[in-house]
Amino acid sequence: MKTIDLSTAEVRELNQALHDQAKTLEEREWVVNNPAGKHNLAVGVNEALTIDIQGHAGYYCAGMNQKATVTVHGNVGVGVAENMMSGVVRVKGSASQAAGATAHGGLLVIEGDAGARCGISMKGVDIVVGGSIGHMSCFMGQAGRLVVCGDAGDALGDSLYETRIYVKGTVKSLGSDCIEKEMRAEHLEELKELLNRAGFAEDPASFKRYGSARQLYNFKVDNASAY
Amino acid sequence: MCGIVGLYLKNPALESQIGKLFEPMLLAMTDRGPDSAGFAIYGDEVKDGWVKLTLQSVDADYDWKTLMGELEGRLGCSLEWFQNASAAVLKVNADEAAVRAALAELAPDVRIMSAGQSIEILKGMGLPVEIAERFSLSKMKGSHIIGHTRMATESAVTMEGSHPFSTGADLCLVHNGSLSNHSRLRQELKRKGITFETLNDTEVAAGYLTWRLREGDSLKEALDHALEDLDGFYTFAIGTRDGFAVIRDPIACKPAILAETDDYVAMASEYQALASLPGIDKAKVWEPEPATMYIWERKSA
Repeated sequence: MKTIDLSTAEVRELNQALHDQAKTLEEREWVVNNPAGKHNLAVGVNEALTIDIQGHAGYYCAGMNQKATVTVHGNVGVGVAENMMSGVVRVKGSASQAAGATAHGGLLVIEGDAGARCGISMKGVDIVVGGSIGHMSCFMGQAGRLVVCGDAGDALGDSLYETRIYVKGTVKSLGSDCIEKEMRAEHLEELKELLNRAGFAEDPASFKRYGSARQLYNFKVDNASAY
Repeated sequence: MCGIVGLYLKNPALESQIGKLFEPMLLAMTDRGPDSAGFAIYGDEVKDGWVKLTLQSVDADYDWKTLMGELEGRLGCSLEWFQNASAAVLKVNADEAAVRAALAELAPDVRIMSAGQSIEILKGMGLPVEIAERFSLSKMKGSHIIGHTRMATESAVTMEGSHPFSTGADLCLVHNGSLSNHSRLRQELKRKGITFETLNDTEVAAGYLTWRLREGDSLKEALDHALEDLDGFYTFAIGTRDGFAVIRDPIACKPAILAETDDYVAMASEYQALASLPGIDKAKVWEPEPATMYIWERKSA
């Protein structure tokens, strides 16, 4: 196990050391102390490392992650795990806006709440939030699953493509073209699997499913006069 | 981009250290605003019937002593003052309007940064560290303080264009964001008798609040109206005599983070500005909701 203390080391040193592991793997387990809300921690990792960040992280933590398991023992700022490709990012506290934005794969778990625009333009990532999420979440979500054990804010799933959304609590409002859908056996099954992987003991049957009505996919000739 | 920081002490025992606690918060926001910086500190209240003004001159060697002598003669009442770098803090046993009229005549080039019983606004161009050192921030005492680091996007980098902006007696505003309807709003407010010194959008928001409060709004009502009438994106921190308020636009474009312990409430644009505070590890830390007002105020003495 290797420990990097950010009260003395620079963020660049940390990220360079993590990137170097993709070339020559010397150490799989990493601990980052005194993150003090610094930005860009553990960004661009491309190796199956285990990284524990002991405290609050700033913006874009674990962005572009591939293969690594990153755990933040605190809160994170804007854009945690943005554009993640694979691996697991777990936030023990809460996340600010745009958590998991544009992420293609992997699993993002936020044990607390997530702010506005959680999962915006998500492209295949699975996001599981233990608490509630803010407004405009999953805007233009293209693929992947978003699970929310608490409530969702305004305009959930606006202009949604094929992301499936599961919410246990109340949804303040649905965005354009987002509708509630039937919870079939295969959905209960995939939700159970997601909750298990995230480590939440929720009953899948207590959730509702939301998805795209697919009315915005194609241009409607009846609307031609509007252009 | 700009940075906002605020610190409100719940524990009076910390009041002698507020400058020391606050300085690293302001400096941590240097990346968000290296053009200019400023802060409004509340404390050292004057008695009823007295008014405290913070004055600034562009001339670093301004002869404050002569001005104060002339002012005392003109107003014919008790007056205390001290100099703090390019600023002077004036305490006078007179009506604010009378002091403003006398200053306008005796020293038309001197800018009045703030007026009230408690507030002092100190600001200027340069890195936050330069402003903090210029005004000896770390040695300051008080009950609460809000500050700003500016990265100008809308108007010139000048002392006048830096934040906080005064919005009335013991009130001030700092802003992160930009307002899109400030030109039209400025015209309307000018017709209502509000005066402006810059082309800055935040000054319009400050003028707007001044106008609403003059019309009899409470601070909460004024901010409710602001949510309706100000178009753009913003996080505002508003300093009042007894505390401070935080509000974000309904889209929540601009960041804000709040932290509370038994000793203080702190706000900042980014958590890293809070990381130096004592007990922050155990603080309740959360992100304020959009279009929601957060106010902390102690009871008036």
